[in-house]
Amino acid sequence: MEKLIEQFSFGLFFWQLLLFIAVLLLLRKFAWKPILDAVEDRESGIKDALAAAENAKKEMQNVTADSERLLQEARVERESMIKEAREMKEKIVTDAKELAQAEADKMIKQAQVAIESEKKAAVADIKNEVATLSLEIAEKVIKGQFSDKAKQMKLVEEMIGDIKLN
Amino acid sequence: MHGFFETDILSDMQKPFYVKVLLVVTLLLGINAFAQEKDHSSSEEKGSLKTEIKEFIDHHLLDSHDFTLFTIDEEKNEHVGFPLPVILWDNGLKVFSSSKFHHGESVAEVDGNYYALYHGKIVKTDAEGTINYDEDHHVTNVKPLDFSITKNVVFIFLVSALMLFLFGRMAKSYKTSSMPKGIGRLLEPIILYIRDDIAIPNIGEKHYKKYMSYLLTVFFFIWIINLLGLTPLGVNVTNNIAVTFALAILTYLITTFTANKNYWKHIFWMPDVPVFMKIVLAPIELLGTFIKPFSLMIRLYANITAGHVVLMSILGMMFIFKNWIGSPLSFGLAFALSLLELLVAALQAYIFTMLSALYFGSAVEEHHDH
Repeated sequence: MEKLIEQFSFGLFFWQLLLFIAVLLLLRKFAWKPILDAVEDRESGIKDALAAAENAKKEMQNVTADSERLLQEARVERESMIKEAREMKEKIVTDAKELAQAEADKMIKQAQVAIESEKKAAVADIKNEVATLSLEIAEKVIKGQFSDKAKQMKLVEEMIGDIKLN
Repeated sequence: MHGFFETDILSDMQKPFYVKVLLVVTLLLGINAFAQEKDHSSSEEKGSLKTEIKEFIDHHLLDSHDFTLFTIDEEKNEHVGFPLPVILWDNGLKVFSSSKFHHGESVAEVDGNYYALYHGKIVKTDAEGTINYDEDHHVTNVKPLDFSITKNVVFIFLVSALMLFLFGRMAKSYKTSSMPKGIGRLLEPIILYIRDDIAIPNIGEKHYKKYMSYLLTVFFFIWIINLLGLTPLGVNVTNNIAVTFALAILTYLITTFTANKNYWKHIFWMPDVPVFMKIVLAPIELLGTFIKPFSLMIRLYANITAGHVVLMSILGMMFIFKNWIGSPLSFGLAFALSLLELLVAALQAYIFTMLSALYFGSAVEEHHDH
């Protein structure tokens, strides 16, 4: 202990204290503060970036959920649209069928009417023709039998009688 | 050495285990070698060599006024190195080169005053360099105030410059990128370690920032200067009590001047104990505030000194053995011990920083009910 005190060098103590405090103050200003600040900035930057990434992940999940929901909705809509379209198609087809049926019926009726009237006309024609023919025949017969008066008369009567029967 | 291992302080301190082991080994080997060599060489010669080694170690542990790299011839006083400036305050400032002392061989004459080197210390003498002693063999010559730039001061300057350069550059590199570059990659984890594992746990999240500069500076200062002490230049600054005292007193002053009410209350009027105990505890606690930095001072000083003494003793044994078993053995031991000293260099820096942080933590501890 005595030796320690004897060895104690005040000069060395003085220089050590002076230089150490000088280095301490200089380093505090020019090294420790910038270094610690930079490290802290970086750490907070990393923390922020991690938080941002976490947020982005959450948002991404939300977006995915949203798109999933939209897709689901779209799918449902598509289903309903297809169903509607099918119904409409069936309705159109049914309507068309009915319309066609009605038209066909109408046409058949018209045709029938036309056939009827044609038939009537034809019958009337035939009648006229028959009458004409009959008249011609009658004329010929009359011409042939005109010589026999009695016969003629009888024939006329028969003919008339036939016509009436008709 | 002069038996400082036996002093009261050291026995109280945690003397590293390895020091004890190595001392025992050293003693055993020493005795053994001595017994073997007895027949071949005279014990007188051996004794002078041992004294020489002992003196060399003693000299190594002291600060010096000139920068001697190595000695060519002790007898002819031939040394390789360079002188350093001597600055004295003796009724005025006296500045001269240490070459005037011729390595302690001659008396320096400045402005009519005569100065001589006595065991590394400058004393005022007469023209013949007479050293006066009292009955206890203490020097009675006047010792002027010595502010010389000694070998250790040179190294303190060097380490200061190195730290300013290293950390200044490191700080600059953060301006361009948020990641450290170059040496910063090595230093940043250490800085973060000091912040996250020393400062924050001991001082607390709230107050740690104002102590960071001191903790970082003291850690790197002790570490770098300890490492430089292990280089072949062998300038061990931290084995000077003056240096560790300067560091410890800073820790003490910072603790004292940043302490809050709660700290003082725990010293002078310990809460939750009987009044009698409060009175008994106050002086003990007050003494404790001095003992804490005092232990810091002694611990750093003793560990580094012990390391150097043991390392150099083992190296010295090589020259005592001069045989094929002892010398390689002591070389191996010295090598292993050097590796250990590398660890101790960092460890002592860590312990000093850690305990400083602990004391700061107690100074700013918030009041909490027991």
